[in-house]
Amino acid sequence: MSVQMWTYIFVGITFSLYIGIAIWSKASSTSEFYVAKGTVNPLINGMATAADWMSAASFLSMAGLISFMGYDGAVYLMGWTGGYVLLALTLAPYLRKFGKFTVPDFIGDRYYSQIARTVAVICALIVSFTYVAGQMRGVGLVFSKFLEVDIFWGVIIGMAIVFLYAVLGGMKGITYTQVAQYCVLIFAFMVPAFFISAQLTGNPIPQLGFGSKLVDGSDMYLLDKLDQLHTELGFAAYTSGTKSMQDIFFITVALMVGTAGLPHVIVRFFTVPKVKDARISVGYALIFIAILYTTAPAIAVFSRTNLITTVNQQPYDQIPEWFITWEETALLNWVDKNGDGRITYAPGQAIVGSPEINRTNGEIVRGEYGEVTLLNPLTSTENELYVDRDIMVLANPEIAGLPNWVAALVAAGGLAAALSTAAGLLLVISTSVSHDLIKKQFNPDISDKKELLYARIAAGFAVLVAGYFGINPPGFVAEVVAIAFGLAAASFFPAIILGIFYKKMNREGAIAGMIVGLLFTFAYIGFFKLLYPEYNTPEYWWFGISPEGIGTFGMLINLVVSLAVGIIFPDPPEEVQEMVESIRYPRA
Amino acid sequence: MNNHNLKEYWAINIRYVLILISIWFVVSYGFGILLAPTLNNIQIGGFKLGFWFAQQGSIYVFVILIFVYVYLMNKLDIRFGVQEVEKGP
Repeated sequence: MSVQMWTYIFVGITFSLYIGIAIWSKASSTSEFYVAKGTVNPLINGMATAADWMSAASFLSMAGLISFMGYDGAVYLMGWTGGYVLLALTLAPYLRKFGKFTVPDFIGDRYYSQIARTVAVICALIVSFTYVAGQMRGVGLVFSKFLEVDIFWGVIIGMAIVFLYAVLGGMKGITYTQVAQYCVLIFAFMVPAFFISAQLTGNPIPQLGFGSKLVDGSDMYLLDKLDQLHTELGFAAYTSGTKSMQDIFFITVALMVGTAGLPHVIVRFFTVPKVKDARISVGYALIFIAILYTTAPAIAVFSRTNLITTVNQQPYDQIPEWFITWEETALLNWVDKNGDGRITYAPGQAIVGSPEINRTNGEIVRGEYGEVTLLNPLTSTENELYVDRDIMVLANPEIAGLPNWVAALVAAGGLAAALSTAAGLLLVISTSVSHDLIKKQFNPDISDKKELLYARIAAGFAVLVAGYFGINPPGFVAEVVAIAFGLAAASFFPAIILGIFYKKMNREGAIAGMIVGLLFTFAYIGFFKLLYPEYNTPEYWWFGISPEGIGTFGMLINLVVSLAVGIIFPDPPEEVQEMVESIRYPRA
Repeated sequence: MNNHNLKEYWAINIRYVLILISIWFVVSYGFGILLAPTLNNIQIGGFKLGFWFAQQGSIYVFVILIFVYVYLMNKLDIRFGVQEVEKGP
């Protein structure tokens, strides 16, 4: 059976499952819609958090990114897991004890101020919208690549599914679909990894496999072999990387702290019954996440090694079938610069920009050896190979010669990852509007039924906006993800931490800190990513810190400003200090 | 439960958090980043140690740290009598 047929089967089965759960779990009150009544089992919540957290980026792009970054990929591996330690130790239990629905709820009540609440709502909305657009795009991409459906229809189908279970079921529907989606995505991620690990190293456990010896008779460790290949081709050794140490440090901090400050992650810990559950639930979540995150670097090494050994210096007329299929999608292309008919792989870009296939009357124009030709100008490097990072996971099963159903499974997994994250974000957006804005700011006397209706309308509206951005992605979607983390790190995190651990923190300090941290981070990222991308190189960065890592700096500025401004103004009112005291103890 | 006891509970909690966060920092930022080039001179199996901490070890340690904290706090809650009452089904 073809990959496409298998994909239809897997996607059909998984989507029916999600719809079934949606119908079963219709929410009937705001408490059910926002936090599933706070009755979710901590293990279930851990699994849902893992699916919520791991997006299309974790599933489809991360291993590919790491395979091109080598050691530097650690910023994502540590950055996107280490934040859970901060969550478990410094945030989740206290926010659970506080026991409301949203992060702006906490900020607004703790800092006894509608301005603080509004700033928090704005941050939550910006962070969630930037994030959700990328997810919808991921849905569209998987559809178009595997099912030959237009990206447009792919996004529409994805929107319809999310609409069903997010708008009907709210947090309750989302939680149980996320559990199903976690199972799908982790199975889809692990199966090819087991196969390839066993193939290359004889050890099916990928976490051990990539530290083992190759089975090709060379008696070499896989990583040593890869380092050697890299050095021969003129790349930096895989295990040492190229980024500066301070940049690695700052990016890792920004991602960790950003993770701990992301509203769609934090809100998941409002759904468990007790403080004790909130603590252990973070632990479960991290276990479920770690399964994928410790496998990803192994896949990165396997696919990198496979790519180099099968492609480099290979005559094009002897290239494996999969290479030719991916060429036509403009994700993997070869330009024969030296005219020897062999693929030369070397550092640097092979072509200017991303590949544009040369066509006349819709027919692909083939070169001397039958390769797909491109319109792009060539660069002066020796490199003749263009590889899109995303195909490292998508093409991995084919490169390793695995059966068709494995490739189809990866497609279903990618969809599960994108949909589960999109749903979590849409919920934050709808809650921010119906609860934090409408109920808390404009119309406090609103009935629960009405509020629920507004929540559903807001969720529906958010799905449409997300879908629009999925179909017409602004060119900067990938770039603005840095903003999401930077903003979360520079705004929420210090305000929440100070709110819990420093009883005398007052509203003036917190608001000033959030605004200054936010503006600073926004300005720095906007300058380098949107306004002047040509200056986005280490020589122009402050202290060698890239826009990805600047959230760390923004967070420090936020802390300093909060404390400095806080000293000038009076202590918070007695009842707020008592509230802070009370969230510190599970009972009392 | 008097105020004095609650203060002690909170002080112990802060101490746990500080110790565990220090380990968190040393393993990820220390072993995984700052000391990684040095640790890479040690090789265990196919792994250079600094690389291993950056891409594997730190994640395992994160998981362990959370469960240690959970264990310590559950004990502490009971010792100070601030654990939550089991709710009915």
